[in-house]
Amino acid sequence: MFAALGDETRLLLVARLAQGMPCSLSQLTEGSRLTRQAIAKHLRVLAEAGIVQSARSGRESLFKFDPKPLEKMKDQLDLWSEQWDQTLARLKAFVENEDPK
Amino acid sequence: MNDRIEKRIELKAPVSRVWRALTDYREFGEWFGVKLDGPFVPGKAARGQVTHPGYEHLKWEVVVQHIEAERLFSFTWHPFAVDPNKDYSAETPTLVEFRLKEIPNGCLLQLTESGFDKIPAARRSEAFGMNEGGWTAQMKNIQSHVTANA
Repeated sequence: MFAALGDETRLLLVARLAQGMPCSLSQLTEGSRLTRQAIAKHLRVLAEAGIVQSARSGRESLFKFDPKPLEKMKDQLDLWSEQWDQTLARLKAFVENEDPK
Repeated sequence: MNDRIEKRIELKAPVSRVWRALTDYREFGEWFGVKLDGPFVPGKAARGQVTHPGYEHLKWEVVVQHIEAERLFSFTWHPFAVDPNKDYSAETPTLVEFRLKEIPNGCLLQLTESGFDKIPAARRSEAFGMNEGGWTAQMKNIQSHVTANA
């Protein structure tokens, strides 16, 4: 997911979609120096990471931002971080509470 | 949001004591909650069995990277590798580093875990769900360990 966001074009796409309005590929290509194909490729990367979803609307696909994976990722890292806190607390107890030899 | 976890903790114990708790496989196992088959050797896998109540069926495996006496101990692993029927070996592991430094009252331990960005998103959420219960169990375990040794 970090890799998906580690690209300026994709960050700009996400920033645009995060405003809330689903956009078509044409809309996203407008005002960009990149080709449709290039934008489509970036959107695929974002879709694979679950950050962007597409839905068909008539002849075009509309792309929209999905914040859930990012929120989930943050929750996971928080949990993991907490897990390390607890593990290190156990190490602390282990090395500090030992009877002197 | 960061793609790594960083921790600093001050331990009121000599660096040599902390080093032993980290790198002696039996001592490591005691506070980490795993029964290891043998010593840590750089470049080699270290395997064992999780000892948290309710999770004893899980295997534990890391690949030791560096052992630099009283300074750095590091290994790679597949975090949240909690499904015994799944092969995680194709995934890029995360890197866990323990760094030690002498300070006036003991030892400063710096822990870094990095490389979360390489874990597939689908696996992350699935593992997350499974780990939540595991962690609750582990908390209880810590509590009883600490109380028993107080």
